[in-house]
Amino acid sequence: MQTTTVTEPHVDEHVHIHGHEGGHHHTETFISKYIFSLDHKTIGKQFLTLGMLWAIIGGGMSVLFRVQLGWPDETFPILERIFSSWFTDGKLNPEAYYSLITMHGTIMVFFVLTASLSGTFANVLIPLQIGARDMASPLMNALSFWFFCLAGIVMFASLFLPTGAASAGWTIYPPLSALPQTSPGSGNGMTFWLIAMVLFVVSTLLGGLNYISTVLNMRTKGMTMFRLPLTVWALFFTAIIGVLSFPVLVSCVVLLIFDRGLGTSFYLSNIVIGGKALPYAGGSPILFQHLFWFLGHPEVYIIILPAMGMVSEILAVHSRKPIFGYKAMIFSILGITVLGFIVWAHHMYLSGMNPFLGSVFTLFTLLIAIPSAVKVFNWLTTLWRGNIRITPPSMFAIGFVSMFISGGLTGIWLGNSTIDIQLHDTYFVVAHFHIVMGIAAFFGMFAGIYHWFPRMFGRMMNDTMAYIHFAITFIGSYLIFWPMHFIGLAGVPRRYYSFNEIEAFAQYGDLNKLISVVTVIVFLGQFVFLVNFVWSMYRGRKATQNPWQANTLEWTSPIEGIHGNWEGDLPTVYRWPYDYSRNPDSDVDFIPQTVPLTEEEKKDKIHH
Amino acid sequence: MAIILGLLTLVLLYIVIVQISKASDLIKSLRSGDEQGESFGNGALFTSAIGFAVLIYSLVTCYVYAPTLLPKPASEQGVWINDLINVTLLLTGVVFVITQFLLFWFVYKYHYRKDRKAYFFADNNKLEVAWTVVPAIVLTFLIGFGIQKWFKIFSPAPKEAILIEVTGKQYAWVVRYAGVDRSLGKRDFSLVNPDNELGINWNDATSHDDIMAEEIVLPVNKPVSFNIGALDVIHNFWLPHFRLMMSAVPGVPTHLWFRPTVTTEEMKRETKNPNFEYVVACNKLCGSGHYNMKKTVRVVSQEEYDKWFSEQKSYYYTVVKPSEVSANDSAKVVAMADKDKIAK
Repeated sequence: MQTTTVTEPHVDEHVHIHGHEGGHHHTETFISKYIFSLDHKTIGKQFLTLGMLWAIIGGGMSVLFRVQLGWPDETFPILERIFSSWFTDGKLNPEAYYSLITMHGTIMVFFVLTASLSGTFANVLIPLQIGARDMASPLMNALSFWFFCLAGIVMFASLFLPTGAASAGWTIYPPLSALPQTSPGSGNGMTFWLIAMVLFVVSTLLGGLNYISTVLNMRTKGMTMFRLPLTVWALFFTAIIGVLSFPVLVSCVVLLIFDRGLGTSFYLSNIVIGGKALPYAGGSPILFQHLFWFLGHPEVYIIILPAMGMVSEILAVHSRKPIFGYKAMIFSILGITVLGFIVWAHHMYLSGMNPFLGSVFTLFTLLIAIPSAVKVFNWLTTLWRGNIRITPPSMFAIGFVSMFISGGLTGIWLGNSTIDIQLHDTYFVVAHFHIVMGIAAFFGMFAGIYHWFPRMFGRMMNDTMAYIHFAITFIGSYLIFWPMHFIGLAGVPRRYYSFNEIEAFAQYGDLNKLISVVTVIVFLGQFVFLVNFVWSMYRGRKATQNPWQANTLEWTSPIEGIHGNWEGDLPTVYRWPYDYSRNPDSDVDFIPQTVPLTEEEKKDKIHH
Repeated sequence: MAIILGLLTLVLLYIVIVQISKASDLIKSLRSGDEQGESFGNGALFTSAIGFAVLIYSLVTCYVYAPTLLPKPASEQGVWINDLINVTLLLTGVVFVITQFLLFWFVYKYHYRKDRKAYFFADNNKLEVAWTVVPAIVLTFLIGFGIQKWFKIFSPAPKEAILIEVTGKQYAWVVRYAGVDRSLGKRDFSLVNPDNELGINWNDATSHDDIMAEEIVLPVNKPVSFNIGALDVIHNFWLPHFRLMMSAVPGVPTHLWFRPTVTTEEMKRETKNPNFEYVVACNKLCGSGHYNMKKTVRVVSQEEYDKWFSEQKSYYYTVVKPSEVSANDSAKVVAMADKDKIAK
């Protein structure tokens, strides 16, 4: 099917470079092939592997602190034997509890759902779906992974410090994060956290700039922007958001480092500890929040957009229908990207900033519900009158849509500053963001892994284990997070070590036990996925060239995954990627992008 | 030993799952290419059933947990917020049920069948416009409703409001009432010392009748205005029953005023809980004692409030410069304050 006749000059160059390497596989050592690899497919797998490791660590932490919240009065000598420095008399210390929630948030938000979600799928999919031999700069790509790895080592090391890891919450608001005398975790633990995040941003920028230039410059012949699959569009905008917002986190963090180490007062003013006035004057803790959330809010779109893109693609492929409203999907991503930059202060309605600003940010925040609603309705219409193949990827994609609806609607509550006066920082918020960006993004990620596993490893993942995994994760996630809405509406604040100290918050003992039990089950359920992943890698059914009968280019590249992606010339693209069931008279319900248009189709006004 | 046994059980469980799951692969690999698709519709009922089960669960729990939520709002402002929540609940609830229902209904109704052809439906501008415009109208309504109440809640406090200062520190709230002169003595950061944590300027005579209170006592139906601050880290002054909160930030003064409408006694009857108490909790992570940083609030009738207020002692004349005068003894306090001023 790859009947390219003309190749562009820059493509030739790559054929030359990679063709050379491809012809001499025997010269590659284990280290150059699997460890310091420059191949985007391998780097994608590296991001995925490290991300899964981090997800186990981050998820395991949630099990530990849920044990405390579920059984605040009981002792667990077994846990104390394993985590001796975090427990006293069989109970988790408050300091360790706060370190655990801080690290859980940091790990999940940054290391799992930012780095490894984008890192895995941008790497695996961008070159393969646009028809490129590799990334624009394979070296930068590899460096991106290794900086991510380095950031992770520093962050992980902080868990073993005598004063504990950072414990000011993943949002590390100063002065708590700036003054070690207010919290032991704000000592060396916070220093490690800050260094790790700077390294992390380096990784994100190296990756992001690379993804952007690859998408803009390295599309194969015929692959116009409006023939890109929605995955690529989503990953492209994700990279743009990251490049524009992550540097602000660096400045935010660097100023905090100055306040901590050099005696400056960017974020500090009029601090009194133990009756002693500290020599800080003129700073504002609210400035930190503005800088932090200028990244922090776009960050949630960095997390959710790749999942949205993958779900769009997967729903189209598996319902054998074009994605409904292809251009509306692109413009809604654009809308979310632009609006995402001007809503950050909705995290700060009650921070002490001018109430007038609260009204402006309410306006923009609720407006962002419009492109989100468009996306949901378009997904539903994509399923409508489809011929939906119920497979592990489509199940998780459907689960994503369900989660995104549930969590998105509560965003309309919290985005309204007036409602936020009651619900800010309560368990309602915990429920909202876990469902809409945590669980939903995980569902998108799982859908992506199940869908592109045959592309990555040449084998299929096992269906039965995937069904078990889906049932446990979907039901479990609702059992864990849905009731938290009620806990929040009852006024219970988040980040409480125990709910028994304040009578008004103490009534949900049984519910908290249930949530903790389900957390353990869902955590163990993820190992069904891991077992499936590892088992299928070696023993799974052999995949065919195009197991899902999809249109996109990655399924035309040889299944064994060669360096340079295609033998000979790069494929040429003639049509958009969503020609599913286009011809009702045909037995074949898909037309790959590499198939030239027929004369009739050329006359047709709709997509090609 | 228990750990090892537990791990072994888990490993065995996973092995059992793998062994059972291998069957599905075996069946698939036995089929020829043409038959491969036949199982594509099998999971539809499974997925759909799980989806509907969760939808029912989410609606039933609303009924189950509704009685456990906060009792009726205890402030005028809380009622506005509550109303907005109810309207938002209704609108988002309808969308939630419809979209979740359609999602899992479509999964079942349009699941794979060999003889089914999907309908090629790529675009429809009318539909796109409809689901851009309808949400936009609904959201405009919610934005308007919300912003109007937001500005009312953060309007300047009425002049007659009782003035109270709350200051958060790890892990307690310091409460200072303006005395009979209805104004709080000025604070100066340079005057902070272990005996004067707040840095109150005792040379400012308005500070002399100020009261340091053990609890927050409020008269019902009267506006109260809080000056909120913090000494060490950020705290958050959270009054769940009044539905109000505001951050307490070191170096950045914040304000909140409201009108409590239900006394503690009334709320005890309302909730049928004889131990009911209004509470202030901290709602911004402030360190390891964050979860236990509370203060009791008592809403009482005007008479009870007046009685309580008259029993409070001026902090200045009891601790800083002890003398036999109570804070409400306005004539004396003012006279002494004037004398202090002249002396200075």
